[in-house]
Amino acid sequence: MLRVDVSKQLGEFSLHATFASEGRVTGLFGASGAGKTSLINMIAGLLRPDRGVIAIDGETLDDTTTNLHVPAHRRRIGYVFQDARLFPHLDVRENLDYGRRMNRLAEDPASRARVTDLLDIGSLLDRRPGRLSGGERQRVALGRALLSQPRLLLLDEPLGSLDEERKVEILPYLVRLRDEAGIPMVYVSHDAGEMRQLVTQVVMLRRGQVIAFGGTEVLPAVVSS
Amino acid sequence: MFDISPTEWTAIQLSLRVATVATLVATPLGIAVAWLLARRDFWGKSVADALIHLPLVLPPVVTGYLLLLTFGRRGLVGAWLADHLGIVFAFRWTGAALACGIMSFPLLVRPIRLSIEAVDRRLEQAAGALGAEPWRVFLTITFPLALPGVLAGMVLGFAKAIGEFGATITFVSNIPGETQTISSAIYSLIQTPDGDTAALRLVVVSTIIAMSALVASEWFARRATQRLHGN
Repeated sequence: MLRVDVSKQLGEFSLHATFASEGRVTGLFGASGAGKTSLINMIAGLLRPDRGVIAIDGETLDDTTTNLHVPAHRRRIGYVFQDARLFPHLDVRENLDYGRRMNRLAEDPASRARVTDLLDIGSLLDRRPGRLSGGERQRVALGRALLSQPRLLLLDEPLGSLDEERKVEILPYLVRLRDEAGIPMVYVSHDAGEMRQLVTQVVMLRRGQVIAFGGTEVLPAVVSS
Repeated sequence: MFDISPTEWTAIQLSLRVATVATLVATPLGIAVAWLLARRDFWGKSVADALIHLPLVLPPVVTGYLLLLTFGRRGLVGAWLADHLGIVFAFRWTGAALACGIMSFPLLVRPIRLSIEAVDRRLEQAAGALGAEPWRVFLTITFPLALPGVLAGMVLGFAKAIGEFGATITFVSNIPGETQTISSAIYSLIQTPDGDTAALRLVVVSTIIAMSALVASEWFARRATQRLHGN
C-alpha cells in the first residue's frame, strides 16, 4: 500500500497530490509537465516535499510535521529511469550486482539467474553499457533495480526513450515482471495504450493536480493508428 | 656534457623526493577540496576558491615569505609544531615539500574538480536509489569516473612541484643536499663561472621531466573521455 499526500513548489510550478493505492501496478498518467517525475522523485526520496506525508506499507518515509525524511539510500525503493543510467565504468554483471553489494545482501545466484532469465540479459553480462542497444540498456536497468530487492519499484517512462519497435520489444518483459516478480510498481507514462496493458490503478495528473483516480477506465480512449 | 656530477644527482633526487612527497600528501586533500567545490554550496565558497588559487597569482617570493612567517621556527604554526610534535619545516627538505605542495595545489585541484563536475549527477542519484550511502556513492561511482582527472591533476601538480623555485628558495634557502632542488641548483650554477655546462645539463633534465608530465597528463585526459562514454 502506497500513501501519498504531498505539496511541492518548484519555481512557478506547484504540485499537490493525494492518493492511496493498493494496486499491484499504480500508473501515474499525464502529459509532460504534469508533475509525474517530481512526484516519483519524492517517493524515491530524491526530492523532499514542502509539506505532507509519504508512506509505504504503513512505514512513513516522509512526514513534514515531524521533520521525517528517510534518505533515498535507506528506502529500499528500486528506480528505473527513462535514461537507464547504467554505470558506464562497470560491465553489465557489475551493474546488476551493485544494489546487492550496496545493501550488503548475501550473494544469491538463484535470484540472479531468475532475473537474467526473466529479462533475457544472460548473454550481455560481460559487456559495458556503451556496447548495448537502448532496449538492452533498459532491460539491464530493470534487472539492476530488481536485484537490489526493493519493496517498491518505480518506473519513470522506461519506454520513453525507445522507438516503437523497441517499445514492443520491452513491453512483454514489463508484463512478465508484473505477473512474476511480485513487487508492487509505480509506472509513469504519458501513453494511455502502455498504461492499459500494464497498470491496475491510475492516478491521472494535470498541471500538478490529481484530476482522476481509479481503474484503467479513467484513461482517455486511444485511437489506434 | 652528459656526465652528471654527484652534486647534480643529489639535486635531481631531492627534487624528485620533494615533488613526490608534496604530490602524495596534497592529493587526498586536493580530492576533498575539489569535491567540496564541485558538489557542495557553502558559505564563503568563493573566498575558499580564491584562497586556493592565491599561490598562482601571488609573487612566489611573497608566498615563500608568508610560509617563513607562519611555518618558520618562530612562526605561529612552526613554533608550535616544533615544540609539540618535533616537526620542523624551516631550512629542511620537508619545508621545500610544503612550499611545493602549496604552490602546486591550485594546479592539482583544478583538473580533479573539473572531472568531478563532469560526472553525471544522475548516476550518483541512481547509485543512491540502489542503496549506496553518500560516501559509497563517492567511492564506487564518482571517484572511479573522475580518476583520470585525479591522475592528470597529480601529474600537473608534480610537474609544478619539480619546477618550483621562488617560494622554496625564500622559505628554505638553497642548501646543497638538504634544500637544493634542480631549480635552485641551476640558479647557483649560472651565477658561478664555468657553471654553464652543468646548468645546461640540469635544464635538459628538467625539460624532460616537464615534457613527460605534460604527455602523461594529456594521455589521462583522453582516457577520461573514453571512460565516460562507457567503452
